[in-house]
Amino acid sequence: MSEATLTETPAAEDHGGHMVTSTGLSNNKLAMWLFLGSECLLFGGLISTYMLYRGRHTGTPGPAQLWDIPLTSVSSFVLLMSSLTMVLAVSAAKQRDDRLTCLWLSVTALLGSTFVGAQVYEFTSFYHEGVGFTTSLFSSSFFTLTGFHGIHVTVGIIMLMSLVGIVSRSKVPGDKAEVVELIGLYWHFVDIVWIVIFTLVYLIPA
Amino acid sequence: MAIIERPSTVPALVGGDLPQFVTPASAYGVFRRPVTTTGWRSWLFTVDHKRLGLMYGAAAMFFFLVGGIEALLIRTQLAAPDNTVLSASLYNQMFTMHATTMIFLFVMPMAAGWANYFVPLQIGARDVAFPRLNAFGFWCFLFGGIFLNTSWFLGGAADGGWFMYQPNANALFSPTHGVDFWSLGLQITGIASLTGALNLIVTILNMRAPGMSLMKMPIFTWMILVVQFLLVFAIPVITVALFLLMFQRNFGAQFFNVDAGADPLLWQHLFWIFGHPEVYILVLPSFGIVSEVLPVFSRKPLFGYKFVVFSGAAIGFVGWGVWAHHMFASGLGPVSVAVFSVSTMLIAIPTGVKIVNWTLTMWGGKLRFTTAMMFAIGLIVEFTIGGLSGVTHSVSPSDTQQTDTYYIVAHFHYVLFGGAVFGIFAGFYYWWPKMFGKMLNETLGKWNFWLMVIGMNLTFGPMHILGLQGQPRRMVVYPAKLTGEGFFNLRFWNTVASVGSYTLAIGIFLFLVNVWHTTRKGAKAPLDPWDARSLEWLTDSPPKVHNFDVIPHVHALDEYFHLKYEEVDTDAGPRLVKVRTAEELHAEQEANADKHIHMPSPSYWPMVLAIALPIMAYGIIYSRVLTVIGGAILLMSMFAWSLEPSVADESDYDPPAQGGEPTKELVSV
Repeated sequence: MSEATLTETPAAEDHGGHMVTSTGLSNNKLAMWLFLGSECLLFGGLISTYMLYRGRHTGTPGPAQLWDIPLTSVSSFVLLMSSLTMVLAVSAAKQRDDRLTCLWLSVTALLGSTFVGAQVYEFTSFYHEGVGFTTSLFSSSFFTLTGFHGIHVTVGIIMLMSLVGIVSRSKVPGDKAEVVELIGLYWHFVDIVWIVIFTLVYLIPA
Repeated sequence: MAIIERPSTVPALVGGDLPQFVTPASAYGVFRRPVTTTGWRSWLFTVDHKRLGLMYGAAAMFFFLVGGIEALLIRTQLAAPDNTVLSASLYNQMFTMHATTMIFLFVMPMAAGWANYFVPLQIGARDVAFPRLNAFGFWCFLFGGIFLNTSWFLGGAADGGWFMYQPNANALFSPTHGVDFWSLGLQITGIASLTGALNLIVTILNMRAPGMSLMKMPIFTWMILVVQFLLVFAIPVITVALFLLMFQRNFGAQFFNVDAGADPLLWQHLFWIFGHPEVYILVLPSFGIVSEVLPVFSRKPLFGYKFVVFSGAAIGFVGWGVWAHHMFASGLGPVSVAVFSVSTMLIAIPTGVKIVNWTLTMWGGKLRFTTAMMFAIGLIVEFTIGGLSGVTHSVSPSDTQQTDTYYIVAHFHYVLFGGAVFGIFAGFYYWWPKMFGKMLNETLGKWNFWLMVIGMNLTFGPMHILGLQGQPRRMVVYPAKLTGEGFFNLRFWNTVASVGSYTLAIGIFLFLVNVWHTTRKGAKAPLDPWDARSLEWLTDSPPKVHNFDVIPHVHALDEYFHLKYEEVDTDAGPRLVKVRTAEELHAEQEANADKHIHMPSPSYWPMVLAIALPIMAYGIIYSRVLTVIGGAILLMSMFAWSLEPSVADESDYDPPAQGGEPTKELVSV
């Protein structure tokens, strides 16, 4: 018998460094898909809670009084465009173009930050209109749902920026293109969740 | 002879269209890596799945004793009418923490321990897919469990029952920090379960030995796979519920404030959507263990392997559609109740299939009544009793009468003690020689088994009567004048149940005596003491650090059995004849050992990352400053972790390798 290696990434290699797994999928990618599957139920629970409570705001402003659809539409558009730039980053990483990878990752992070900025602005203006986290059942569940999403975007931005840092210094442990792709998966997932939230929370009247 | 060597400094790769691997300089780490292989450090920072499995087991057994003491205090309080052993408040904390401890800190981590230790061995792998994540899961469980139990000393533990119904667990009705500790502690152990599940699924799907298709996997590994999928989808639901509870109690959110129009059913739905799959999360690993034990001691293959696999998967699916049977008394309306009644009856079918399969595995076999086998048979009998009372719950009119009585308590102890715990003990007796190289004493084992069986039936059997007589669950005291008369009086059966619980405790104490006795002067275990069927028995006992000298090529279900036995034509027709002994197979492994085996290196970061979580949790309860400190540790260790390569750098070894020699022996085994 010859060489057999077991390290964290990849799971096993043959002589040339090819990954050998029973399914042919890399361990990291499989784990990321499973994690995103799990996240679906997290957001499922939060969305259900919001849908149950969205009409319960006796005496305080509700969705109809608060929503600023044009603003949220623009920020949603910005977030969706960040998925496009993420795809470009993944493509650049596959072609081993570090400079372009870093560029598109930074643009993605910037678009993501714009979205989070708009969300902070939105939260602040709601607060000034008298709707805080503790005001009503509606407000508690709204801030929890969108807050969780916002934190996911923020974590994504931190990962993107860290990735820019280590890609530009060539310090990525493991397969660089795959690491970019994994963060891309996460980023697209967060965007898809926003499409659901935007539709259910903002566009469909309570 | 296999040689485990230091990792090569030369990256295994290169150019062309292969993926690029770059080894980061160790300058990124502030500390040198803890690469030592002996002493306490080697345990604290280990990423070895076998060591982590043992640590899971040891910590879970500790919490088992804690939960057991809580149970004994409950039974002592109820042993006689008008008893004053526990105050009402302490009693509430006791039953809440008894259930929480047994479920989240004993059975779940114990199953995680078995899975950790035996899944890689059964599928012919050298470790799990994510060794550091594995270590992180263990530390999350341990720190979460300790955090949860510190509430006893910080103003009182949670007191709302393990399902923590709202609004009963609001600050108004439960003013101590107990429920806060509960929600945050379970959040942390939830992270342990989720990361553990991701790791095990990837391990099982991706790291099987060549030739091991899914339908050639050992049945224990199959059941673990089903359980991990349940965890991946159930844990986020309880996570949402726990977050809502935390926001409600610690940040003034309104979710369960009925005055503001909240719906108490929200909590119940979220909790039980998690809570019912949780029941199968608890019991399926034990089903897996007995499905390994029964064929070995019946000297027959598992009857209807595919049926057992698919019924396990069916339980995994249908388990998502039965949660509201916990809520029949909450006024869901006739349609919901009817639907959930039927689905609950339905899930009895795959469970029944398993029981039939186990029985038919034994049918006509050459039975050997070892302690492991007796626990497995015990499981079939006791679980069936619990399953039958479960079917009575699926009939909603009957359930409405039984809800919140001791009848329910009797039911779930038969399925969880008679199911989950018996399976775990069968595992102890079956796998102990594999894990420690010594045989547990069979005489003490028989005493252990019989005392546990008699104890559990004495404890939980009378609870059927008590419940049907109307004794409510969670009742702290019953007045002497209301105990009734004659055969069905409450006093008599409560005393019997309490005596039963002490019997049970003696049985478990005998297990500890057995462990102590075995460790001191147990007989050395042969390589293959039970004439077993799956791959974990191919290697040494205890297994080498790299598990297998050669990764086996798998040709059949029960591969190890087929390595030992072949069909030979004799005068009396074809017979299975032993053609190779375990020793010969083992010698063959050693003779052909792989020359270059690289194992993942130990790491500080899983533990450091895990310890940040309880710090943040204390911060949420007491001071936001702590949360910030915990958050900083969290962020720092995440970066340190991601930048750390999975194998240690040369400079981490002491003394450093001489003259850039790329491969230096660490251990020869």
